[in-house]
Amino acid sequence: MAESSFATRNLQPTTRNSESWRSFRIATWLGWQIESNWADPFLFAVYSIIKPLSGAAILVVMYGIIAQGNFSNPLFPYIYLGNAFYIYAGAMMTGVSWAVIDDREHYKTLKYMYIAPIRIPVYLLGRGVARFITGSFSVIITVLAGVLFLHLPLDVMTANWPLFFLALFIGVVMLAMMGLLIGSISLLLVHHVGFLGDAVASALYIFSGAIFPLDVLPAWLRPIGFIMPITYWLELVRRSLIGNVAQAFPTLAGFSNMELLGILLGLSLLFGVISILTFRFCDRRAREKGLIDRTTNY
Amino acid sequence: MASLAIETENLGRIYKIRGNKKEKQIRKELVALQEVNLQIEQGELFGLLGPNGAGKTTLIKILVTLLAPTTGQARVAGFDVVDQPQLVRPRINMVSGGESSGYGLLTVRENLWMFAQFYGLSSKEANRRIEELLTMVGIADRMHTKSSDLSTGLRQKMNIVRGFLTDPEVLFLDEPTLGLDVGASRDVRRFILEWLDVPPLPGREGREPALSGAKGEGRRTLLLTTHYMVEADELCDRVAIINEGRVLACDTPSALKQRLQRDALFEIETSPLNGLSAEALVSLPEVRKATLSERDGGATLNLVLVEEAALAGVINVLSQKNVRILKLSKREPTLEDVFVDLVGRSMEEMEKVGASEQ
Ligand SMILES: Nc1ncnc2c1ncn2[C@@H]1O[C@H](COP(=O)(O)OP(=O)(O)O)[C@@H](O)[C@H]1O
Ligand SMILES: [Mg+2]
Repeated sequence: MAESSFATRNLQPTTRNSESWRSFRIATWLGWQIESNWADPFLFAVYSIIKPLSGAAILVVMYGIIAQGNFSNPLFPYIYLGNAFYIYAGAMMTGVSWAVIDDREHYKTLKYMYIAPIRIPVYLLGRGVARFITGSFSVIITVLAGVLFLHLPLDVMTANWPLFFLALFIGVVMLAMMGLLIGSISLLLVHHVGFLGDAVASALYIFSGAIFPLDVLPAWLRPIGFIMPITYWLELVRRSLIGNVAQAFPTLAGFSNMELLGILLGLSLLFGVISILTFRFCDRRAREKGLIDRTTNY
Repeated sequence: MASLAIETENLGRIYKIRGNKKEKQIRKELVALQEVNLQIEQGELFGLLGPNGAGKTTLIKILVTLLAPTTGQARVAGFDVVDQPQLVRPRINMVSGGESSGYGLLTVRENLWMFAQFYGLSSKEANRRIEELLTMVGIADRMHTKSSDLSTGLRQKMNIVRGFLTDPEVLFLDEPTLGLDVGASRDVRRFILEWLDVPPLPGREGREPALSGAKGEGRRTLLLTTHYMVEADELCDRVAIINEGRVLACDTPSALKQRLQRDALFEIETSPLNGLSAEALVSLPEVRKATLSERDGGATLNLVLVEEAALAGVINVLSQKNVRILKLSKREPTLEDVFVDLVGRSMEEMEKVGASEQ
């Protein structure tokens, strides 16, 4: 008897691991369905190419005017790579946090997700995976365009690939956790919070050394950049791809690769912990205030 | 005690409402639920009947772990909804009527499959159940339709299937027929009753019994809210009547109506009332309750009389006011009458009062 009932058992025991895994797996699937929901795949491809390229083009024109066409200055690859990889920051931060708003307001499914035996933070992180994939597509195209048309001095033979992929991995996880932080806060905000992810991403664009070294900022604003893991992550990405660029700028030049990696890891862990604690807090508050299924028309 | 599917103890909920821009500092408190004590056995189809704003949704939201109660406690499937939500969630599911939820870009099957995955159902079993349940609600032919292409009614049916799909121990249906047309409402009611007769789906008997030793062990429990009294009467084993956050009575529909058995109930259709009020009628001897609903060119009176003889007095008053009687009939008591008996007003009147206070 016990044997036969075990054989027909379809609801697997809900251990935390299997719960996390299925939350992540299905969220990834759903995220991809939403992300790739283009009536015309050809248009989707064109859009995915044109959007990052036009972003890069604006930057190149601006740089060209400011530096009077001097593309051999190390500032150019600094800006170009910083901008290219910052695409991940926007994609991950908005991707993860937007899931909260989208599910609550648009699809009206957040409450059903909530009462299901899944882990919501893992689910939200899973929703970011599709953004990572489409984001990667944009980053690769932007970098490729730089190498082919703008003499971006990236040498496939000399780049430090292990360092690059290690930094990329830590960075993407870190960005997803920042997205979770923003998503958690969105849980408590009801009115038109859709822009929150974008707003944070745009603000940090200035403070994380993406398009200019931190020294350019007034001294009292620099600490913002120094506590942001994104700053160290972008520096590591630049160093691993084009080693000598880094030496031209004093901001982080004093640190070795290992030191930078250590700082990135430490700050990422710190932000990760903050994200999870923030989620727990916001989750509890949202249930106290009845916000899980709240739509803006209330 | 251990056999109860749902148990609440002095459950209460207060919403804090921030005033509008003018009265920013004023923070109003709204008591949406107070001192709710319910005990629902396993296997019961339990109804919560009350007008809009009575607190039905608030109660369901607390029971499904979406909302924290302000006071009191609640246990669902044997676990505390505040302290053990992770143990409650695998055993329950919920459907809210009157909304179109779901991912429009996914097909009906994909939407349902996805939610089944969250509960750890295998794809094979999920697909089998999806087909079976969609057939039961009559939309199996729409399985591969994008859900955005469905009408509101069909979308609601899909949402209802989502709730039943995981074969929960305790299922919460919040106004499942809200916004549906007559035919679709009937389909849904029939589906609910049919489903209760389906033997437990595979997977259920293998599940750790959360509750044991009871007579109704392993049977499906369903809590349904509605503001249609017919629905509560037709479907439910027991009904709790709720108004302004309080449970006023809780019993089987026939026992509830029994209370009025000694009274005589009349429905009178008349010409316009010429200013006649319900109060004027109730002030007559042996008239217990009177409700009026006016429409173009006429009105309907519902009377609860202690004795049939009291009708003479009513007719007298009507003719004094020049109100003509178009139709007069004696009725069996309904749950609506029970509500009027308990509250003093009809559900419709309560909803009007609620709306004007806001
Ligand atoms: N999130 C909320 N904030 C403030 N008041 C609310 C909220 N949700 C419901 N209410 C109020 O609480 C009362 C009960 O509402 P509800 O539980 O939705 O009733 P029902 O489902 O029976 O129509 C109503 O007066 C409603 O206006
Ligand atoms: Mg309601």
